[in-house]
Amino acid sequence: MVHKGLRITQGTFSYLPDFTDEETKAQIQYGIENGWAPSVEFTSDPHPRNVYWEMWGMPMFDLKDASAALFEVKRCREAFPNSYIRVSLYNSKLTKQTTALQFIVNRPAYEPGFRLDRQEASDRIVRYTLHAYALDRPEGERYRDA
Amino acid sequence: MPWIDPRASGIEMPEDAPARPSLGPGVRTVDRPALFGAAEVGALELDDDTVVDAQELVRDARIDEVLDRLDSELVALRDVKTRIREIAALLVVDRLRRAVGLESEPPTLHMCFTGNPGAGKTTVAMRMGEILYRLGYVRKGHLVVVTRDDLVGQYVGHTAPKTTEVLKRAMGGVLFIDEAYHIYRVDNERDYGQEAVEMLLQVMENQRQDLVVIMAGYKKEMDRFFSDVPGLSSRIAHHIDFPDYSIGELMQIASMMVERQRYRFGAGAGAAFEDYLAMRMTQPRFANGRSVRNALDRIRMRQAIRIYEAAGRGRRLTKRDLVTIEAEDILKSRVFDGGAYASGSAERV
Repeated sequence: MVHKGLRITQGTFSYLPDFTDEETKAQIQYGIENGWAPSVEFTSDPHPRNVYWEMWGMPMFDLKDASAALFEVKRCREAFPNSYIRVSLYNSKLTKQTTALQFIVNRPAYEPGFRLDRQEASDRIVRYTLHAYALDRPEGERYRDA
Repeated sequence: MPWIDPRASGIEMPEDAPARPSLGPGVRTVDRPALFGAAEVGALELDDDTVVDAQELVRDARIDEVLDRLDSELVALRDVKTRIREIAALLVVDRLRRAVGLESEPPTLHMCFTGNPGAGKTTVAMRMGEILYRLGYVRKGHLVVVTRDDLVGQYVGHTAPKTTEVLKRAMGGVLFIDEAYHIYRVDNERDYGQEAVEMLLQVMENQRQDLVVIMAGYKKEMDRFFSDVPGLSSRIAHHIDFPDYSIGELMQIASMMVERQRYRFGAGAGAAFEDYLAMRMTQPRFANGRSVRNALDRIRMRQAIRIYEAAGRGRRLTKRDLVTIEAEDILKSRVFDGGAYASGSAERV
């Protein structure tokens, strides 16, 4: 059996085929028109509980047009082509102050996926851990080309 | 999981079913032919006699309205208006060409406005944003006004993020760099201006479709700036010179300003103001339209104090008193004292 990897599904739209740049831009523009601030983040750790990714620059609070955010996405992609990159749109309105929309815009060419680790604990208890294969290698070498 | 087009997979779909699932608000679904590039499809199918409707495009974009407003609200500046009309025409024709499938590079619209203070550079730049927006050349049409301080940093590594920030803010609209020649100081080689200029050049070249850069400054300084920075001048397609106004044009500007602020010149006041302008123009630090505006502000103050004092003396006031500027309000100006002005340090009117 050949292992095909696992396409991780985090954030919105992750069950859809990857967006083109035009589609990404349209989504960001939709957020901007709602008054949300786009920001770009990246990581090489695909674990679902890894919620705080590295920031690619500051959130862009005073943008009018999504092409500037897309410009940052492209720069981030150039620097970390084989990483997960996501765009977050933050709603800063009082009483909201939370991420309104977040989606992945770049992923490694090959995503190896996860294995389930079982740990025998006392009294025959079994603890389960999700282990990302990518994390077995040091940062920067976690993903190979497809 | 690859997404499967139900039509391609042979699954029966109703005739009006969307070719792709809706991606939610903010996403326009694109018709198939457009997806493959209207250019190839169009060029194959449309022959040379295809009729294009320029009228409709002009009407829809309400371009005439903007141009007419430019004509009526800006006095003189014939060269500027001609150039803007040309640009507007080019963009309309470009869109028509695209409609029939003739692909062409979007034109470069970076501009440089040179002229003396008060010649209307900023006013035209503001209008430019709106015009380009109506023509669909920029997506938002907002104007971001910056000077050297907004672009150039204070220490090593400060300039690049600062300039990028500004450029990002301006994307989709117009970036107006006032007194652009200040950015680069050739006499100080440790100045960070060079870095800002390089980033500007790069974005002006690579992201033409994302923003339009308009630089403004006085003629002499801008010429020196362009000779110091090779490659900048040639990246700006439109060099527009704003000439000084004649006295007749300044009077026109004045009467428009007076009207807009709901005042009117009383008997002899118009002539007095013309005398005032004639004298003011010969004096230093004359700033065209801006001087006219400042003069009118002072005149309004003098009119106000005159009315206030008259009311204090028990005179009954009418609406006419409130809107009328009398000759005496103008003639009280220091400009008519002669001599005293020329040696003054600030602009007094």
